Amino acid sequence: MKTSRNTQMAGTYRAALAPYSVWSFLFVLVPLIFIAYYAFTDNSFSFTTENITRFFTATSNMVQEDGSTREVRTYLLIFMRSLRLAVISTLVCLLMGYPIAYIMARAGEKAQKTMVTLIMIPMWMNFLIRTYAWMTILQDTGIINGILGKFGISPIHIIGTETAVIIGMVYDYFPYMVLPIYSILAKLDGKLLEAARDLGCGTLSVLRRVVFPLSLPGVISGMTMVLIPSISTFYISQKLGNGKFFLIGDAIEGQYVANNLHFAAAIAFILMLILLVGMTVMKYVTTRYVYGGE
Amino acid sequence: MKLSAKIYSAIIFGFLFAPILVLIVFSFNEAKSLSVFSGVSLKWYQELFRDKNTLEAVKNTLVLAASATAISTVMGTMAAVGINKLRSKWYRAAMNTVTDIPMSNPDIITGISLMLMFVFVGRLFGASTSLNFFTMLIAHITFCTPYVILQVLPKLQQMDKSLHEAAMDLGCTPMRAFLKVEIPEIMPGIITGAIMAFTLSLDDFVISYFTSGNGFETLPIRIYGMTKKTVTPKMYALATIIFLVTLSLLLISNFVDNEDQARLRQARKEKKGKKD
Amino acid sequence: MKKIIELKNISKAFDGETVLDGISLDIHDNEFITLLGPSGCGKTTTLRIIGGFEYPDEGDVIFMGERINDVPPHKRHVNTVFQKYALFPHLNVFENVAFPLRERKVPKKEIQEKVEQMLKMVMLSGFADRRVNSLSGGQQQRVAIARALVNEPKVLLLDEPLGALDLKLRKDMQQELKKIQKNTGITFIFVTHDQEEALSMSDTIVVMSEGKIQQIGSPTDIYNEPVNAFVADFIGESNIVDGVMLADYRVSFAGHTFNCLDTGFGKNEPVDVVIRPEDVDIVPPEKGMLCGTVTSVTFMGVHNEAIVDIRGFKWMIQTTDPVEEGAYIGITLEPDAIHIMKKSKYSGMFGDYSSFSNELDELSNPDEGEEA
Repeated sequence: MKTSRNTQMAGTYRAALAPYSVWSFLFVLVPLIFIAYYAFTDNSFSFTTENITRFFTATSNMVQEDGSTREVRTYLLIFMRSLRLAVISTLVCLLMGYPIAYIMARAGEKAQKTMVTLIMIPMWMNFLIRTYAWMTILQDTGIINGILGKFGISPIHIIGTETAVIIGMVYDYFPYMVLPIYSILAKLDGKLLEAARDLGCGTLSVLRRVVFPLSLPGVISGMTMVLIPSISTFYISQKLGNGKFFLIGDAIEGQYVANNLHFAAAIAFILMLILLVGMTVMKYVTTRYVYGGE
Repeated sequence: MKLSAKIYSAIIFGFLFAPILVLIVFSFNEAKSLSVFSGVSLKWYQELFRDKNTLEAVKNTLVLAASATAISTVMGTMAAVGINKLRSKWYRAAMNTVTDIPMSNPDIITGISLMLMFVFVGRLFGASTSLNFFTMLIAHITFCTPYVILQVLPKLQQMDKSLHEAAMDLGCTPMRAFLKVEIPEIMPGIITGAIMAFTLSLDDFVISYFTSGNGFETLPIRIYGMTKKTVTPKMYALATIIFLVTLSLLLISNFVDNEDQARLRQARKEKKGKKD
Repeated sequence: MKKIIELKNISKAFDGETVLDGISLDIHDNEFITLLGPSGCGKTTTLRIIGGFEYPDEGDVIFMGERINDVPPHKRHVNTVFQKYALFPHLNVFENVAFPLRERKVPKKEIQEKVEQMLKMVMLSGFADRRVNSLSGGQQQRVAIARALVNEPKVLLLDEPLGALDLKLRKDMQQELKKIQKNTGITFIFVTHDQEEALSMSDTIVVMSEGKIQQIGSPTDIYNEPVNAFVADFIGESNIVDGVMLADYRVSFAGHTFNCLDTGFGKNEPVDVVIRPEDVDIVPPEKGMLCGTVTSVTFMGVHNEAIVDIRGFKWMIQTTDPVEEGAYIGITLEPDAIHIMKKSKYSGMFGDYSSFSNELDELSNPDEGEEA
């Protein structure tokens, strides 16, 4: 276009974007390349695939319930455990969160506001402290057992179990599930529900055939927002799992602390790749089946 | 609301707030016990305020959050303005992707990736420890800016395109038109973005954990360090204070929001009353 | 009258698609000129080029004898009333109107006076402190006009300013705009796709289609003497029939030879014949020049609108006499009811009512006149 001022203005806009472009290149893209670089090099920065192979082949002995030991592939086991706990936590969040999101969306204007605020307050608290609070509650000498003890019930042992880790994950990331679902449900046109009723749907049927399908985008973004931090956490498992349930995040953190940066990078690299593939598939499936294709 | 809905809400909010309530109650406990409340006392608060390291960490956190917020708000707003006007599809897609990366990548990966780069670059210059306040600042700006963009960009997109032209038509240079008309229009987005950046920065532990060093410790890192050893109710006191501060911040921002809404409602009412 | 703006052979393309194709137009001082055409015809782009928001790829924009192609909007002596008003939501009514004055650093006292005077002119005194979002559409419209006029521009550009108003308000605002234009003596360049609006307000109408000017003229010229089938169809209703010019004052169509008032065509030249529906007289079949069967009748209030099948071609006829569906009727045409046009690329595209319905007409003429 040979329109003089248009190009001049476009120049201004491009200049406004320039710092961020440079910044995200230097501090978003380049660091990701560094993960790959470290993952495929050894301590003297010469090329090796050893770190990657180590992730898939390293073995260790695991003590089983009956006392015998079994040889396992350490990092694959850790990864599968992370995945399993994260998926369970995500599903628990969804089952607990969907009804409350629905209740919020159907409530009056004032009640909605209050409830959104209430959901958000814990989010504003540091998640270390939130996790820490559960530690207090679940400890063998903690509140739950204190209360149980008052009724003469023998203490139950929760901390240091997978259940404790799942409780921690659900508690920490619960708002991430509720808010996206709520914001979709709140925007839902009430006329659609009336139309469904008019066409003969009962309450449950309206939920199943109209409300839920329409809220799927919120459900999916909620699930992603819970799954990603759950799968990569290391603090929750350390505090609530008593360090007994090593997760993939713990593996990375452990290698970092031990200054094995190349292996830490390799684990991070593999985790990133798996998540990338997972998310891409999910995105494809949602655009294809939820939004009815392009 | 139906009774069942009320009961369900009560259970959920009970689940959300019970742990916080426990922290608050036991921060006033006289004894060190975590299960038995033996009397009201402020001794854990006193101990907290005698803890120089924690106070230092609070100061560090605030300095870091304020700097990161200032820079990411300015850079993010400028970027949003630029992205909004991008014509090239390719460039736009690229910008959307890099903006998305820090938000969708697990924190641990963002943290590790920045740390690896800082360590590598530090080595090139022969530094023994390359992590310090500035590496943390860079990291915080990196993960805060996308949230600012995400708040500002929709405001720009919703804005009536002809406002800018109207301002120029009435005698503004393009730059003045931007300052006098567009900035006030997107101000709510900028403010929300800044608040988000500030709280994210205050709250961040994972990325900070990997990019901090050289004795520069923020509050979350300090908390992590404290919880590694035995649990002391001093932590409860700290948690209670943090809770009260965040709560009041939230209430204030809600109040501001409500005022805004009320004004809008008032305007709508006036409009209804005086139809042509 | 003095020329105030001249457009010379202006062309403009967006992404390779031609929007304006060699537009030349003179706009005179104190004139109410309307750019009329369907959406996508290039009328808004023409206006934006005059306002300085777009630059022509080719051609010149001359303002009072000076070439202003590269002058940015804020340095032009023209102001615009935008389609959706573009009032600044963060400013109240007073500050919106005062906006251009503050930009020019006009003394406070003068601003106060001028704004009050403007608000009085648009009958919004007492609304100074209101937020613009609390105003009705008509009131916002007036604020936009006051804001655009406070700088005392030489030319006011109006981009479909009445499009968002309901019919009644629209009629009132048409009157009011015309009055403001008369009183201020400012040249108004008005863009619309509404032909009635154009006919009732303008001194001059510029009919545009596909990036080209089809016809420039006064409302009566355009209505009575359309130059081609497009203009005839776009302005009012018309039956457009293929005909042959036998000689001066003699034209043959629909199997009959008529007397007419037109001259200057070649012998036996094929032409388009325009007959306005209200110029057709209904007579008994035996007295008719042409005969046909009434296929439908719609009561329109003042008149009846009948569709009549004459040898397979559907005519629209407006009559105050009662007609009945299925009746066999005759029609007569006076010489002054017949208007002859040269064949153009629009021949055969318009003027047949075989698929006519009011609903379709509205659908094909959507209310938003937005162009690239």
